[in-house]
Amino acid sequence: MNSFIIAGREFRNLFLSPLAWTMLGVTQLILAYMFLTQIDYYLSIQPKLVGIPGAPGVTDLIVAPLFGNAAVILLLITPLLTMRVISDERRNKTISLLFSAPISITEIVLGKFLAIFAFLLIILFFIALMPLSLLTVGELDIGKFLACLLAMALLMASFNALGLYMSAIASQPTVAAVASFGALLLLWIVDWAGINSGNSSSLFEYISIMRHFENLLRGLINSSDVFYFVLFIVGFLILSIRRLDNDRLQK
Amino acid sequence: MSTLIEVNNLSRQFGDHCAVNDVSFSLDKGEVLGFLGPNGAGKSTTMKMICGNLTPTVGEIKINGYDIIEQPKLAKAELGFLPEIPPLHPDLTVDEFLTYCAKLHGLKKTAIKKAVDQGKEKCGLSDMGKRLISNLSKGYQQRVGIAQAILHNPAVIILDEPTVGLDPIQILEIRELIRELGQQHSVILSTHILPEVQQSCSRVQIIHHGKLVLNESVEGLSRRMTSSSLVVDFRNPADLNQLEAINGVDYIDVLDSHQLRIHHEQGSNIAEAVAELAVNQRWGLQELRPEKHDMEQIFLSITQPSNDHE
Repeated sequence: MNSFIIAGREFRNLFLSPLAWTMLGVTQLILAYMFLTQIDYYLSIQPKLVGIPGAPGVTDLIVAPLFGNAAVILLLITPLLTMRVISDERRNKTISLLFSAPISITEIVLGKFLAIFAFLLIILFFIALMPLSLLTVGELDIGKFLACLLAMALLMASFNALGLYMSAIASQPTVAAVASFGALLLLWIVDWAGINSGNSSSLFEYISIMRHFENLLRGLINSSDVFYFVLFIVGFLILSIRRLDNDRLQK
Repeated sequence: MSTLIEVNNLSRQFGDHCAVNDVSFSLDKGEVLGFLGPNGAGKSTTMKMICGNLTPTVGEIKINGYDIIEQPKLAKAELGFLPEIPPLHPDLTVDEFLTYCAKLHGLKKTAIKKAVDQGKEKCGLSDMGKRLISNLSKGYQQRVGIAQAILHNPAVIILDEPTVGLDPIQILEIRELIRELGQQHSVILSTHILPEVQQSCSRVQIIHHGKLVLNESVEGLSRRMTSSSLVVDFRNPADLNQLEAINGVDYIDVLDSHQLRIHHEQGSNIAEAVAELAVNQRWGLQELRPEKHDMEQIFLSITQPSNDHE
């Protein structure tokens, strides 16, 4: 309940600055362009696909790549969204408003998380409109489409949780942005080592966000992948709570 | 009367530095406590701990009977806090911000509007509701900070330097407000301005180097402030021995050829005896004036000696 109060204010605050609007606009523009090129590509190879039994369909060739591209863009913009949620409050000393109100640290962190997640869901909604527009001219594999949406939502929540944690550690928003971007990118590419020689580490493969995300995009909803994301989100949320709680214990 | 704040053996350590050292006090309903101390004495640290913004290293804090560590939600519901830097969101309007604060403190939907209106009225913000906080002057921002602290009608109100940045008229209004609040709530306020304490507080505490060095009611303090010395001016040289013989005189400083300062025991009144002696001896009494100690002197006398030790 209290989390929603904080989330509500934080969410409205997002739209008071041009940042949120710019992000919505830019993301949509770039993804629409990518969507268009994907359609173009599909149309060019469509005649060849007709003859092949079990060939990939619209969902595989247009929708999944679209969400894959969206993930990269999110990698770039989520740190900018999350960077100021906690570090700004700390810098402006408004955090004491929350600390002296009858609200637990968990509720504060959850509130911040929900606000950013709500904004990301708006982005997801607008992304999802693009594949849905294909329904006017053809058919979609709805199951795979929903898997993509799930993958996207989980990915967004994970980026969000990590960004939130970085914002809780950093004293300056820009530091938080750079740190979360670096961490996310590293987690994205961590399985690249040894991928060509064929002796890649299975640990790195498990850590890599990319692996789990791609499994889901392909329509394979594996509980271990979902579990990875849930663990990731919960883990960073707990770390954020601990970190914020530390503010009061500071030595 | 019920005790609203109870602080027992409170200490706070920052690394090797001990900011607050074994502070204990309690505050009853209807008391206004003035918290004094030089810069860096530990005032703000103590206040932050009472409000749950800092965890004490040792010690216990109870707000209206609830322990701030063990039952933080219940304890904080009884608290209104204005930190040194008012915690304001600059891109909200005054109304939006106060509504948000009211919600944070768990006010019911129906009560929020009324609480916000009352808070604005008490702090003189009635016309400012639609203004953005970032566009307000420092004084008005300070008022928003105070409004935020009293909005939910808490039992305990803690104000860290509430009159900073206000103009003299606003300061008078805020002092009036604090006195008014003091009737229904317990108020702790910290300040550098000594007369402010005399005017709006019923109790005074002076904290120095993290230690509570004085805890007294304002009446007790004004008793301390009554004179313990007389300045006298004689046209003719006076006989010091005769003056010293007066009952209650401790010692005499010779200021110049005419002026003397006679120190006497606190509580005894020797003015009459001095005057009588002066008239009888024809010293030509020109001036006889009891010296008042003001708050500042007391403050200095308490905080200075311990400075010398270090």
